[in-house]
Amino acid sequence: MQRMSAARISGYAALVVFAFISLLPVWVTLKTALSHPQDVFAEASSLIPHAPTMGNFARALGMPSDVTLISARSAPIDFALALRNSVIYAAILVTGQLFFSALAAYAFARLRFPGRDKLFIAFIAATMIPSIVLFIPNFVLIRQLGLINTFAGMVAPNILMVPFAVFFLRQFFISSPKELEEAARLEGLGHFQIFWHIALPLQKGPLATLAILLSINAWNDFFWPYLVGRDDSVRPLAVALAEFQSQTGQGTPDWTGLMAAVMLSIIPILFLLVFFGRQIVESLQTSGMK
Amino acid sequence: MERQNRPQAAARRLTMRQREALMGYLFIAPALVGLTLFFVLPTLRAAQISLTDWNLMRAPRFVGLTNYEKIWSDGTFWESLRLTLLYVIYNIPVQTALALFIAVLADRLARQVWVRAVMIAPYLLSNVVAGLIWLLMLDPLIGMTNVFLELIGVGKQGFLSSPDQSLISVAGINIWRHVGFTALLFYAGLQAIPREFYEAARLDGAKEWQMFRNITLPLLRPVMVFVMVTSVIGSFQIFDTIAVTTAGGPAGTTKVVMFYIYENAFKYSKMGLASAMSMVLFCILILVTLAQMRLMRADQSDLG
Repeated sequence: MQRMSAARISGYAALVVFAFISLLPVWVTLKTALSHPQDVFAEASSLIPHAPTMGNFARALGMPSDVTLISARSAPIDFALALRNSVIYAAILVTGQLFFSALAAYAFARLRFPGRDKLFIAFIAATMIPSIVLFIPNFVLIRQLGLINTFAGMVAPNILMVPFAVFFLRQFFISSPKELEEAARLEGLGHFQIFWHIALPLQKGPLATLAILLSINAWNDFFWPYLVGRDDSVRPLAVALAEFQSQTGQGTPDWTGLMAAVMLSIIPILFLLVFFGRQIVESLQTSGMK
Repeated sequence: MERQNRPQAAARRLTMRQREALMGYLFIAPALVGLTLFFVLPTLRAAQISLTDWNLMRAPRFVGLTNYEKIWSDGTFWESLRLTLLYVIYNIPVQTALALFIAVLADRLARQVWVRAVMIAPYLLSNVVAGLIWLLMLDPLIGMTNVFLELIGVGKQGFLSSPDQSLISVAGINIWRHVGFTALLFYAGLQAIPREFYEAARLDGAKEWQMFRNITLPLLRPVMVFVMVTSVIGSFQIFDTIAVTTAGGPAGTTKVVMFYIYENAFKYSKMGLASAMSMVLFCILILVTLAQMRLMRADQSDLG
Protein backbone atom coordinates (compact mmCIF):
# COMPACT_ATOMS: atom_id res chain seq x y z
CA MET A 1 0.00 0.00 0.00
CA GLN A 2 2.79 2.34 0.99
CA ARG A 3 4.64 1.60 -2.25
CA MET A 4 1.51 2.07 -4.35
CA SER A 5 1.03 5.57 -3.05
CA ALA A 6 4.68 6.40 -3.73
CA ALA A 7 4.11 5.30 -7.33
CA ARG A 8 0.95 7.42 -7.43
CA ILE A 9 2.78 10.47 -6.18
CA SER A 10 5.53 10.12 -8.77
CA GLY A 11 2.81 9.64 -11.40
CA TYR A 12 1.14 12.89 -10.41
CA ALA A 13 4.53 14.57 -10.33
CA ALA A 14 5.21 13.42 -13.90
CA LEU A 15 1.86 14.81 -15.04
CA VAL A 16 2.53 18.13 -13.35
CA VAL A 17 5.97 18.37 -14.97
CA PHE A 18 4.40 17.59 -18.34
CA ALA A 19 1.70 20.26 -17.89
CA PHE A 20 4.38 22.73 -16.81
CA ILE A 21 6.49 22.09 -19.92
CA SER A 22 3.35 22.33 -22.11
CA LEU A 23 2.30 25.69 -20.73
CA LEU A 24 5.54 27.41 -19.70
CA PRO A 25 6.52 28.52 -23.24
CA VAL A 26 3.11 30.16 -23.69
CA TRP A 27 3.55 31.97 -20.39
CA VAL A 28 7.04 33.15 -21.36
CA THR A 29 5.58 34.40 -24.65
CA LEU A 30 2.98 36.43 -22.74
CA LYS A 31 5.63 37.73 -20.35
CA THR A 32 7.83 38.87 -23.22
CA ALA A 33 4.86 40.48 -24.98
CA LEU A 34 4.18 42.50 -21.82
CA SER A 35 7.82 43.58 -21.29
CA HIS A 36 9.57 46.75 -22.34
CA PRO A 37 12.06 45.98 -25.13
CA GLN A 38 14.99 47.25 -23.06
CA ASP A 39 14.12 44.84 -20.19
CA VAL A 40 14.15 41.66 -22.26
CA PHE A 41 17.79 40.78 -21.64
CA ALA A 42 17.89 41.74 -17.98
CA GLU A 43 14.71 39.81 -17.23
CA ALA A 44 15.49 36.69 -19.25
CA SER A 45 15.31 34.49 -16.16
CA SER A 46 12.26 36.15 -14.63
CA LEU A 47 8.75 34.78 -15.06
CA ILE A 48 7.02 38.11 -14.44
CA PRO A 49 7.76 41.46 -16.12
CA HIS A 50 8.59 44.02 -13.42
CA ALA A 51 6.95 46.86 -15.36
CA PRO A 52 4.27 45.34 -17.59
CA THR A 53 3.12 47.35 -20.60
CA MET A 54 0.47 46.96 -23.27
CA GLY A 55 2.67 49.05 -25.56
CA ASN A 56 3.86 46.11 -27.67
CA PHE A 57 0.30 45.12 -28.50
CA ALA A 58 -0.51 48.71 -29.44
CA ARG A 59 2.64 48.79 -31.57
CA ALA A 60 1.82 45.47 -33.29
CA LEU A 61 -1.65 46.76 -34.10
CA GLY A 62 -0.26 50.00 -35.55
CA MET A 63 -1.63 52.16 -32.75
CA PRO A 64 0.29 54.94 -31.03
CA SER A 65 2.48 53.37 -28.37
CA ASP A 66 4.70 54.50 -25.54
CA VAL A 67 7.10 51.64 -26.29
CA THR A 68 9.88 52.45 -28.68
CA LEU A 69 12.40 50.07 -30.11
CA ILE A 70 16.07 50.24 -29.34
CA SER A 71 16.85 49.56 -32.97
CA ALA A 72 14.15 49.25 -35.56
CA ARG A 73 15.55 46.79 -38.07
CA SER A 74 12.48 45.74 -39.96
CA ALA A 75 9.73 47.66 -41.65
CA PRO A 76 6.64 47.53 -39.45
CA ILE A 77 4.15 44.82 -40.34
CA ASP A 78 0.52 45.81 -40.01
CA PHE A 79 -0.76 43.07 -37.71
CA ALA A 80 -4.18 44.74 -37.41
CA LEU A 81 -4.60 44.19 -41.15
CA ALA A 82 -3.25 40.62 -40.86
CA LEU A 83 -5.71 39.97 -38.05
CA ARG A 84 -8.55 41.23 -40.23
CA ASN A 85 -7.33 39.03 -43.11
CA SER A 86 -7.19 35.95 -40.86
CA VAL A 87 -10.77 36.58 -39.74
CA ILE A 88 -12.02 36.99 -43.33
CA TYR A 89 -10.06 33.95 -44.54
CA ALA A 90 -11.26 31.72 -41.70
CA ALA A 91 -14.87 32.95 -41.98
CA ILE A 92 -15.15 32.29 -45.73
CA LEU A 93 -13.31 28.98 -45.54
CA VAL A 94 -15.17 27.54 -42.54
CA THR A 95 -18.62 28.61 -43.74
CA GLY A 96 -18.05 26.94 -47.09
CA GLN A 97 -16.43 23.86 -45.58
CA LEU A 98 -19.30 23.34 -43.14
CA PHE A 99 -22.00 23.70 -45.78
CA PHE A 100 -20.42 21.59 -48.51
CA SER A 101 -19.17 18.93 -46.10
CA ALA A 102 -22.60 18.65 -44.46
CA LEU A 103 -24.25 18.26 -47.88
CA ALA A 104 -21.85 15.49 -48.88
CA ALA A 105 -21.98 13.81 -45.47
CA TYR A 106 -25.79 13.73 -45.57
CA ALA A 107 -25.80 12.21 -49.04
CA PHE A 108 -23.25 9.57 -48.00
CA ALA A 109 -25.27 8.75 -44.89
CA ARG A 110 -28.85 8.87 -46.13
CA LEU A 111 -29.31 8.98 -49.90
CA ARG A 112 -28.91 5.90 -52.06
CA PHE A 113 -27.10 6.28 -55.36
CA PRO A 114 -24.85 4.05 -57.46
CA GLY A 115 -21.15 4.18 -56.56
CA ARG A 116 -21.80 5.86 -53.21
CA ASP A 117 -19.47 3.79 -51.06
CA LYS A 118 -16.66 3.78 -53.62
CA LEU A 119 -16.83 7.56 -53.85
CA PHE A 120 -16.72 7.81 -50.08
CA ILE A 121 -13.54 5.74 -50.01
CA ALA A 122 -12.08 7.99 -52.71
CA PHE A 123 -12.73 10.98 -50.45
CA ILE A 124 -10.92 9.38 -47.53
CA ALA A 125 -8.04 8.20 -49.75
CA ALA A 126 -7.48 11.77 -50.94
CA THR A 127 -6.09 12.64 -47.51
CA MET A 128 -3.13 10.35 -48.21
CA ILE A 129 -1.73 12.48 -51.03
CA PRO A 130 1.20 14.52 -49.69
CA SER A 131 0.49 18.24 -49.73
CA ILE A 132 3.60 19.14 -51.73
CA VAL A 133 2.44 16.96 -54.65
CA LEU A 134 -0.76 19.02 -54.76
CA PHE A 135 0.71 22.44 -53.98
CA ILE A 136 2.79 22.75 -57.13
CA PRO A 137 -0.03 22.05 -59.66
CA ASN A 138 -2.59 23.89 -57.52
CA PHE A 139 -0.29 26.91 -57.39
CA VAL A 140 0.05 26.75 -61.17
CA LEU A 141 -3.75 26.52 -61.54
CA ILE A 142 -4.49 29.41 -59.17
CA ARG A 143 -1.85 31.46 -60.96
CA GLN A 144 -3.36 30.70 -64.38
CA LEU A 145 -6.77 31.74 -63.06
CA GLY A 146 -5.23 35.03 -61.91
CA LEU A 147 -6.21 34.36 -58.30
CA ILE A 148 -2.82 34.86 -56.64
CA ASN A 149 -3.17 37.27 -53.71
CA THR A 150 -6.94 36.94 -53.53
CA PHE A 151 -9.06 35.36 -50.83
CA ALA A 152 -10.70 33.26 -53.57
CA GLY A 153 -7.34 31.72 -54.49
CA MET A 154 -6.46 31.14 -50.85
CA VAL A 155 -9.65 29.26 -50.00
CA ALA A 156 -10.24 27.49 -53.35
CA PRO A 157 -8.41 24.17 -52.81
CA ASN A 158 -9.97 23.41 -49.44
CA ILE A 159 -13.36 25.07 -49.34
CA LEU A 160 -15.29 22.42 -51.28
CA MET A 161 -14.18 19.41 -49.38
CA VAL A 162 -12.50 18.43 -46.15
CA PRO A 163 -12.37 14.63 -45.97
CA PHE A 164 -12.20 14.70 -42.17
CA ALA A 165 -15.34 16.89 -41.93
CA VAL A 166 -17.33 14.66 -44.30
CA PHE A 167 -16.28 11.60 -42.32
CA PHE A 168 -17.07 13.27 -38.99
CA LEU A 169 -20.58 14.49 -39.93
CA ARG A 170 -21.51 11.33 -41.80
CA GLN A 171 -21.23 9.33 -38.58
CA PHE A 172 -23.63 11.67 -36.79
CA PHE A 173 -26.15 11.55 -39.64
CA ILE A 174 -25.99 7.74 -39.70
CA SER A 175 -26.59 7.40 -35.97
CA SER A 176 -29.48 9.86 -35.75
CA PRO A 177 -33.02 8.41 -35.96
CA LYS A 178 -34.62 8.29 -39.40
CA GLU A 179 -38.28 8.64 -38.34
CA LEU A 180 -38.54 12.42 -38.56
CA GLU A 181 -37.04 12.46 -42.03
CA GLU A 182 -39.33 9.65 -43.19
CA ALA A 183 -42.36 11.50 -41.84
CA ALA A 184 -41.30 14.64 -43.68
CA ARG A 185 -40.84 12.55 -46.82
CA LEU A 186 -44.47 11.40 -46.57
CA GLU A 187 -45.52 15.03 -46.15
CA GLY A 188 -43.98 15.55 -49.56
CA LEU A 189 -40.87 17.53 -48.61
CA GLY A 190 -37.95 17.38 -51.02
CA HIS A 191 -34.52 15.99 -50.09
CA PHE A 192 -32.92 19.38 -49.75
CA GLN A 193 -35.74 20.69 -47.56
CA ILE A 194 -35.47 17.64 -45.32
CA PHE A 195 -31.71 18.12 -45.10
CA TRP A 196 -31.92 21.83 -44.38
CA HIS A 197 -34.97 22.01 -42.10
CA ILE A 198 -34.89 18.65 -40.33
CA ALA A 199 -31.62 16.71 -40.48
CA LEU A 200 -29.20 19.62 -40.13
CA PRO A 201 -30.84 21.37 -37.12
CA LEU A 202 -30.64 18.05 -35.24
CA GLN A 203 -26.84 18.13 -35.56
CA LYS A 204 -26.26 21.57 -34.06
CA GLY A 205 -23.85 20.15 -31.47
CA PRO A 206 -21.58 18.26 -33.86
CA LEU A 207 -21.74 21.16 -36.35
CA ALA A 208 -20.63 23.61 -33.66
CA THR A 209 -17.77 21.32 -32.64
CA LEU A 210 -16.74 20.90 -36.25
CA ALA A 211 -16.92 24.67 -36.77
CA ILE A 212 -14.54 25.15 -33.84
CA LEU A 213 -12.05 22.57 -35.15
CA LEU A 214 -12.19 23.91 -38.70
CA SER A 215 -11.77 27.49 -37.44
CA ILE A 216 -8.66 26.54 -35.48
CA ASN A 217 -7.27 24.81 -38.59
CA ALA A 218 -8.06 27.79 -40.82
CA TRP A 219 -6.58 30.19 -38.26
CA ASN A 220 -3.37 28.11 -38.23
CA ASP A 221 -3.10 27.51 -41.99
CA PHE A 222 0.35 28.41 -43.21
CA PHE A 223 1.90 26.69 -46.21
CA TRP A 224 -0.79 27.36 -48.83
CA PRO A 225 -1.49 30.99 -47.84
CA TYR A 226 2.31 31.43 -47.71
CA LEU A 227 2.42 30.40 -51.39
CA VAL A 228 -0.55 32.36 -52.77
CA GLY A 229 -1.41 35.06 -50.23
CA ARG A 230 1.69 37.08 -49.35
CA ASP A 231 0.40 40.50 -50.36
CA ASP A 232 -0.37 42.79 -47.39
CA SER A 233 -4.02 43.05 -48.44
CA VAL A 234 -4.74 39.32 -47.96
CA ARG A 235 -1.85 38.02 -45.85
CA PRO A 236 -3.15 36.17 -42.76
CA LEU A 237 -1.55 36.33 -39.32
CA ALA A 238 0.47 33.09 -39.57
CA VAL A 239 2.16 34.27 -42.78
CA ALA A 240 2.71 37.78 -41.40
CA LEU A 241 4.38 36.27 -38.31
CA ALA A 242 6.72 34.17 -40.44
CA GLU A 243 7.67 37.17 -42.59
CA PHE A 244 8.17 39.41 -39.56
CA GLN A 245 10.63 36.85 -38.24
CA SER A 246 12.43 36.28 -41.57
CA GLN A 247 12.92 40.03 -42.08
CA THR A 248 15.16 40.01 -39.03
CA GLY A 249 17.69 37.78 -40.75
CA GLN A 250 20.69 37.12 -38.54
CA GLY A 251 20.06 40.13 -36.31
CA THR A 252 18.34 40.27 -32.96
CA PRO A 253 14.60 40.04 -33.48
CA ASP A 254 12.19 42.58 -32.07
CA TRP A 255 11.25 40.02 -29.43
CA THR A 256 8.59 42.00 -27.60
CA GLY A 257 6.82 43.04 -30.81
CA LEU A 258 7.05 39.53 -32.26
CA MET A 259 5.69 37.92 -29.09
CA ALA A 260 2.86 40.48 -28.88
CA ALA A 261 1.91 39.50 -32.43
CA VAL A 262 2.21 35.80 -31.52
CA MET A 263 -0.12 36.38 -28.55
CA LEU A 264 -2.65 38.05 -30.87
CA SER A 265 -2.75 34.80 -32.79
CA ILE A 266 -2.87 32.60 -29.67
CA ILE A 267 -5.55 34.45 -27.68
CA PRO A 268 -8.55 33.42 -29.84
CA ILE A 269 -7.45 29.78 -29.60
CA LEU A 270 -6.98 29.90 -25.83
CA PHE A 271 -10.41 31.49 -25.64
CA LEU A 272 -11.95 28.59 -27.61
CA LEU A 273 -10.06 26.06 -25.49
CA VAL A 274 -11.29 27.58 -22.23
CA PHE A 275 -14.93 27.82 -23.28
CA PHE A 276 -15.24 24.76 -25.52
CA GLY A 277 -12.51 22.54 -24.06
CA ARG A 278 -14.81 19.57 -23.58
CA GLN A 279 -16.11 19.60 -27.16
CA ILE A 280 -12.61 20.03 -28.61
CA VAL A 281 -11.11 17.27 -26.47
CA GLU A 282 -13.94 14.83 -27.11
CA SER A 283 -14.03 15.34 -30.87
CA LEU A 284 -10.24 15.12 -31.26
CA GLN A 285 -10.25 12.06 -29.05
CA THR A 286 -12.46 10.15 -31.50
CA SER A 287 -10.29 10.98 -34.51
CA GLY A 288 -8.05 7.97 -33.83
CA MET A 289 -10.92 5.54 -33.32
CA LYS A 290 -12.89 4.22 -36.23
CA MET B 1 -57.99 -1.65 -59.52
CA GLU B 2 -55.07 -3.31 -57.78
CA ARG B 3 -53.74 -4.72 -60.99
CA GLN B 4 -53.94 -1.44 -62.86
CA ASN B 5 -52.20 0.50 -60.15
CA ARG B 6 -49.23 -1.76 -59.70
CA PRO B 7 -47.14 -0.85 -62.80
CA GLN B 8 -47.92 2.80 -62.22
CA ALA B 9 -46.77 2.58 -58.61
CA ALA B 10 -43.66 0.71 -59.70
CA ALA B 11 -42.90 3.41 -62.21
CA ARG B 12 -43.36 6.08 -59.59
CA ARG B 13 -41.12 4.20 -57.14
CA LEU B 14 -38.48 3.95 -59.80
CA THR B 15 -38.58 7.67 -60.48
CA MET B 16 -38.48 8.33 -56.76
CA ARG B 17 -35.37 6.22 -56.51
CA GLN B 18 -33.90 7.92 -59.56
CA ARG B 19 -34.69 11.29 -58.05
CA GLU B 20 -32.99 10.22 -54.83
CA ALA B 21 -29.90 9.17 -56.78
CA LEU B 22 -29.92 12.44 -58.70
CA MET B 23 -30.19 14.42 -55.44
CA GLY B 24 -27.39 12.28 -54.00
CA TYR B 25 -25.09 13.30 -56.84
CA LEU B 26 -26.17 16.93 -56.54
CA PHE B 27 -25.44 16.88 -52.79
CA ILE B 28 -21.93 15.54 -53.27
CA ALA B 29 -21.32 17.60 -56.43
CA PRO B 30 -19.42 20.47 -54.72
CA ALA B 31 -17.24 18.04 -52.77
CA LEU B 32 -16.72 15.95 -55.89
CA VAL B 33 -15.65 19.03 -57.87
CA GLY B 34 -13.24 19.83 -55.04
CA LEU B 35 -11.88 16.28 -55.03
CA THR B 36 -11.42 16.24 -58.80
CA LEU B 37 -10.12 19.77 -59.29
CA PHE B 38 -7.79 20.05 -56.31
CA PHE B 39 -6.81 16.45 -55.47
CA VAL B 40 -7.14 14.02 -58.38
CA LEU B 41 -6.25 16.21 -61.36
CA PRO B 42 -3.34 17.95 -59.58
CA THR B 43 -1.82 14.55 -58.77
CA LEU B 44 -1.96 13.63 -62.45
CA ARG B 45 -0.75 17.08 -63.43
CA ALA B 46 2.18 16.83 -61.01
CA ALA B 47 3.22 13.62 -62.74
CA GLN B 48 2.89 15.39 -66.10
CA ILE B 49 4.83 18.51 -65.00
CA SER B 50 7.58 16.25 -63.66
CA LEU B 51 8.33 15.25 -67.27
CA THR B 52 8.89 18.84 -68.37
CA ASP B 53 11.36 21.67 -68.02
CA TRP B 54 9.28 24.60 -66.85
CA ASN B 55 10.07 27.89 -65.10
CA LEU B 56 6.52 29.32 -65.35
CA MET B 57 7.73 32.01 -67.80
CA ARG B 58 8.09 30.01 -70.99
CA ALA B 59 5.85 27.15 -72.12
CA PRO B 60 6.72 23.80 -70.51
CA ARG B 61 9.13 21.72 -72.62
CA PHE B 62 8.82 17.92 -72.57
CA VAL B 63 12.09 16.38 -71.42
CA GLY B 64 11.08 12.81 -70.59
CA LEU B 65 12.75 11.38 -67.52
CA THR B 66 15.57 13.95 -67.43
CA ASN B 67 14.34 15.42 -64.11
CA TYR B 68 14.39 12.00 -62.48
CA GLU B 69 17.91 11.42 -63.77
CA LYS B 70 18.93 14.79 -62.33
CA ILE B 71 17.45 13.85 -58.97
CA TRP B 72 19.30 10.53 -59.03
CA SER B 73 22.62 12.33 -59.25
CA ASP B 74 21.68 15.28 -57.04
CA GLY B 75 23.64 14.92 -53.81
CA THR B 76 21.62 17.64 -52.06
CA PHE B 77 18.41 15.74 -52.71
CA TRP B 78 19.79 12.56 -51.16
CA GLU B 79 21.18 14.56 -48.27
CA SER B 80 17.72 16.13 -47.76
CA LEU B 81 16.21 12.63 -47.67
CA ARG B 82 18.84 11.52 -45.17
CA LEU B 83 18.07 14.53 -42.95
CA THR B 84 14.33 13.84 -43.23
CA LEU B 85 14.82 10.23 -42.17
CA LEU B 86 17.05 11.34 -39.31
CA TYR B 87 14.38 13.82 -38.30
CA VAL B 88 11.70 11.10 -38.29
CA ILE B 89 13.99 8.95 -36.12
CA TYR B 90 14.55 11.81 -33.65
CA ASN B 91 10.84 12.64 -33.63
CA ILE B 92 8.65 9.55 -33.66
CA PRO B 93 10.01 7.08 -31.06
CA VAL B 94 10.38 9.71 -28.31
CA GLN B 95 7.02 11.28 -29.11
CA THR B 96 5.19 7.93 -29.18
CA ALA B 97 6.77 6.55 -26.01
CA LEU B 98 6.23 9.79 -24.10
CA ALA B 99 2.63 10.03 -25.32
CA LEU B 100 1.91 6.46 -24.24
CA PHE B 101 3.39 7.14 -20.81
CA ILE B 102 1.31 10.29 -20.35
CA ALA B 103 -1.84 8.57 -21.63
CA VAL B 104 -1.47 5.72 -19.12
CA LEU B 105 -0.84 8.20 -16.30
CA ALA B 106 -3.87 10.30 -17.26
CA ASP B 107 -6.02 7.19 -17.58
CA ARG B 108 -5.00 6.01 -14.09
CA LEU B 109 -4.73 9.26 -12.20
CA ALA B 110 -6.50 12.16 -13.89
CA ARG B 111 -9.55 11.58 -16.07
CA GLN B 112 -10.87 15.13 -15.79
CA VAL B 113 -11.49 16.81 -19.13
CA TRP B 114 -9.47 19.88 -18.23
CA VAL B 115 -6.36 17.72 -17.83
CA ARG B 116 -6.71 16.64 -21.44
CA ALA B 117 -7.48 20.22 -22.48
CA VAL B 118 -4.12 21.30 -21.02
CA MET B 119 -2.50 18.32 -22.75
CA ILE B 120 -3.64 19.34 -26.23
CA ALA B 121 -3.14 23.11 -25.82
CA PRO B 122 0.21 23.14 -27.69
CA TYR B 123 -1.33 21.12 -30.54
CA LEU B 124 -3.97 23.80 -31.11
CA LEU B 125 -1.28 26.39 -31.77
CA SER B 126 0.04 26.53 -35.30
CA ASN B 127 3.46 25.19 -36.28
CA VAL B 128 4.42 28.78 -37.02
CA VAL B 129 3.50 29.93 -33.51
CA ALA B 130 5.14 26.89 -31.91
CA GLY B 131 8.28 27.61 -33.95
CA LEU B 132 8.38 31.27 -32.93
CA ILE B 133 7.71 30.53 -29.26
CA TRP B 134 10.61 28.06 -29.19
CA LEU B 135 12.81 30.43 -31.13
CA LEU B 136 12.42 32.63 -28.05
CA MET B 137 12.73 29.77 -25.55
CA LEU B 138 15.91 28.42 -27.19
CA ASP B 139 17.54 31.78 -27.94
CA PRO B 140 21.23 31.76 -26.94
CA LEU B 141 20.95 35.15 -25.24
CA ILE B 142 17.54 35.37 -23.62
CA GLY B 143 16.05 31.86 -23.93
CA MET B 144 14.61 30.41 -20.75
CA THR B 145 16.06 27.00 -21.65
CA ASN B 146 19.63 28.26 -21.58
CA VAL B 147 18.99 30.17 -18.37
CA PHE B 148 17.87 26.87 -16.84
CA LEU B 149 20.79 24.89 -18.29
CA GLU B 150 23.25 27.44 -16.89
CA LEU B 151 21.55 27.17 -13.52
CA ILE B 152 21.99 23.39 -13.31
CA GLY B 153 25.55 23.66 -14.57
CA VAL B 154 25.13 22.15 -18.05
CA GLY B 155 26.00 25.43 -19.76
CA LYS B 156 24.58 27.23 -22.77
CA GLN B 157 23.68 25.31 -25.91
CA GLY B 158 23.36 26.65 -29.45
CA PHE B 159 20.19 24.67 -30.20
CA LEU B 160 18.65 26.00 -33.46
CA SER B 161 21.77 28.00 -34.33
CA SER B 162 24.14 25.07 -33.87
CA PRO B 163 24.71 22.74 -36.85
CA ASP B 164 24.96 19.78 -34.50
CA GLN B 165 21.74 20.51 -32.64
CA SER B 166 19.48 22.24 -35.17
CA LEU B 167 17.63 19.19 -36.47
CA ILE B 168 17.18 17.67 -33.04
CA SER B 169 15.89 21.04 -31.77
CA VAL B 170 13.28 21.14 -34.54
CA ALA B 171 12.28 17.59 -33.58
CA GLY B 172 12.00 18.73 -29.97
CA ILE B 173 9.69 21.58 -30.94
CA ASN B 174 7.43 19.20 -32.82
CA ILE B 175 7.43 16.70 -29.99
CA TRP B 176 6.34 19.53 -27.69
CA ARG B 177 3.48 20.42 -30.03
CA HIS B 178 2.32 16.87 -30.83
CA VAL B 179 2.92 14.73 -27.77
CA GLY B 180 -0.26 15.81 -25.95
CA PHE B 181 -2.45 15.17 -28.98
CA THR B 182 -0.88 11.75 -29.50
CA ALA B 183 -1.43 11.04 -25.80
CA LEU B 184 -5.08 12.00 -26.23
CA LEU B 185 -5.48 9.42 -29.02
CA PHE B 186 -3.85 6.75 -26.86
CA TYR B 187 -6.05 7.82 -23.95
CA ALA B 188 -9.16 7.22 -26.07
CA GLY B 189 -7.77 3.79 -26.98
CA LEU B 190 -7.17 2.97 -23.32
CA GLN B 191 -10.77 3.90 -22.47
CA ALA B 192 -11.95 1.27 -24.94
CA ILE B 193 -10.15 -1.56 -23.15
CA PRO B 194 -12.57 -3.38 -20.81
CA ARG B 195 -11.64 -2.81 -17.14
CA GLU B 196 -12.43 -6.46 -16.32
CA PHE B 197 -9.23 -7.53 -18.07
CA TYR B 198 -7.14 -5.63 -15.54
CA GLU B 199 -9.24 -6.79 -12.61
CA ALA B 200 -8.85 -10.42 -13.65
CA ALA B 201 -5.11 -9.99 -14.17
CA ARG B 202 -4.77 -8.34 -10.78
CA LEU B 203 -6.55 -11.27 -9.15
CA ASP B 204 -4.00 -13.54 -10.83
CA GLY B 205 -1.28 -11.48 -9.18
CA ALA B 206 -0.02 -9.70 -12.31
CA LYS B 207 2.35 -6.76 -11.84
CA GLU B 208 1.74 -3.31 -13.40
CA TRP B 209 4.42 -3.85 -16.02
CA GLN B 210 3.06 -7.31 -16.94
CA MET B 211 -0.44 -5.90 -17.38
CA PHE B 212 0.94 -3.12 -19.56
CA ARG B 213 2.83 -5.60 -21.75
CA ASN B 214 0.19 -8.28 -21.99
CA ILE B 215 -3.07 -6.35 -21.95
CA THR B 216 -2.59 -2.66 -22.72
CA LEU B 217 -0.05 -2.84 -25.55
CA PRO B 218 -1.71 -5.61 -27.61
CA LEU B 219 -5.20 -4.13 -27.25
CA LEU B 220 -3.96 -0.68 -28.12
CA ARG B 221 -2.56 -1.87 -31.43
CA PRO B 222 -5.31 -0.51 -33.74
CA VAL B 223 -4.83 2.97 -32.28
CA MET B 224 -1.08 2.48 -32.34
CA VAL B 225 -1.17 1.67 -36.07
CA PHE B 226 -3.26 4.77 -36.78
CA VAL B 227 -1.00 6.99 -34.67
CA MET B 228 2.22 5.60 -36.16
CA VAL B 229 1.08 5.79 -39.78
CA THR B 230 -0.29 9.33 -39.54
CA SER B 231 2.54 10.70 -37.42
CA VAL B 232 5.27 9.16 -39.58
CA ILE B 233 3.64 10.53 -42.75
CA GLY B 234 3.31 13.93 -41.08
CA SER B 235 6.87 13.82 -39.81
CA PHE B 236 8.24 13.09 -43.30
CA GLN B 237 6.55 16.29 -44.47
CA ILE B 238 7.96 18.64 -41.83
CA PHE B 239 8.07 22.15 -43.29
CA ASP B 240 6.39 25.00 -41.35
CA THR B 241 8.56 24.77 -38.25
CA ILE B 242 11.73 24.80 -40.33
CA ALA B 243 10.49 27.69 -42.48
CA VAL B 244 10.14 29.94 -39.43
CA THR B 245 13.00 28.76 -37.22
CA THR B 246 16.02 27.80 -39.33
CA ALA B 247 15.03 28.22 -42.99
CA GLY B 248 17.06 25.10 -43.77
CA GLY B 249 20.17 26.29 -41.94
CA PRO B 250 22.56 26.54 -40.29
CA ALA B 251 24.78 25.25 -43.10
CA GLY B 252 21.95 23.20 -44.59
CA THR B 253 21.61 20.99 -41.51
CA THR B 254 17.81 21.29 -41.52
CA LYS B 255 17.26 21.30 -45.27
CA VAL B 256 14.74 18.45 -45.21
CA VAL B 257 13.14 17.14 -48.38
CA MET B 258 9.97 19.29 -48.19
CA PHE B 259 12.06 22.41 -47.76
CA TYR B 260 14.34 21.45 -50.65
CA ILE B 261 11.35 20.81 -52.92
CA TYR B 262 9.81 24.12 -51.81
CA GLU B 263 13.02 25.98 -52.67
CA ASN B 264 13.25 24.40 -56.10
CA ALA B 265 9.62 25.12 -56.94
CA PHE B 266 8.97 28.51 -55.43
CA LYS B 267 12.38 30.10 -55.07
CA TYR B 268 14.10 28.90 -58.27
CA SER B 269 10.89 28.24 -60.27
CA LYS B 270 12.07 24.77 -61.33
CA MET B 271 8.54 23.40 -61.52
CA GLY B 272 9.44 20.24 -63.45
CA LEU B 273 12.32 19.24 -61.21
CA ALA B 274 10.38 20.03 -58.02
CA SER B 275 7.37 18.05 -59.24
CA ALA B 276 9.60 15.07 -59.97
CA MET B 277 10.97 15.32 -56.43
CA SER B 278 7.45 15.48 -55.02
CA MET B 279 6.53 12.33 -56.97
CA VAL B 280 9.60 10.55 -55.55
CA LEU B 281 8.53 11.63 -52.05
CA PHE B 282 5.00 10.39 -52.79
CA CYS B 283 6.34 6.94 -53.74
CA ILE B 284 8.54 6.83 -50.64
CA LEU B 285 5.55 7.67 -48.43
CA ILE B 286 3.43 4.95 -50.03
CA LEU B 287 6.22 2.41 -49.45
CA VAL B 288 6.74 3.56 -45.86
CA THR B 289 2.99 3.31 -45.15
CA LEU B 290 2.72 -0.17 -46.66
CA ALA B 291 5.78 -1.33 -44.74
CA GLN B 292 4.34 0.00 -41.48
CA MET B 293 0.96 -1.64 -42.09
CA ARG B 294 2.68 -4.94 -42.72
CA LEU B 295 5.07 -4.67 -39.78
CA MET B 296 2.26 -3.80 -37.42
CA ARG B 297 -0.14 -6.36 -38.91
CA ALA B 298 -2.76 -3.65 -39.23
CA ASP B 299 -5.34 -5.99 -40.70
CA GLN B 300 -5.49 -8.19 -37.60
CA SER B 301 -7.13 -7.08 -34.42
CA ASP B 302 -6.68 -8.45 -30.92
CA LEU B 303 -10.00 -7.01 -29.81
CA GLY B 304 -12.79 -9.15 -31.00
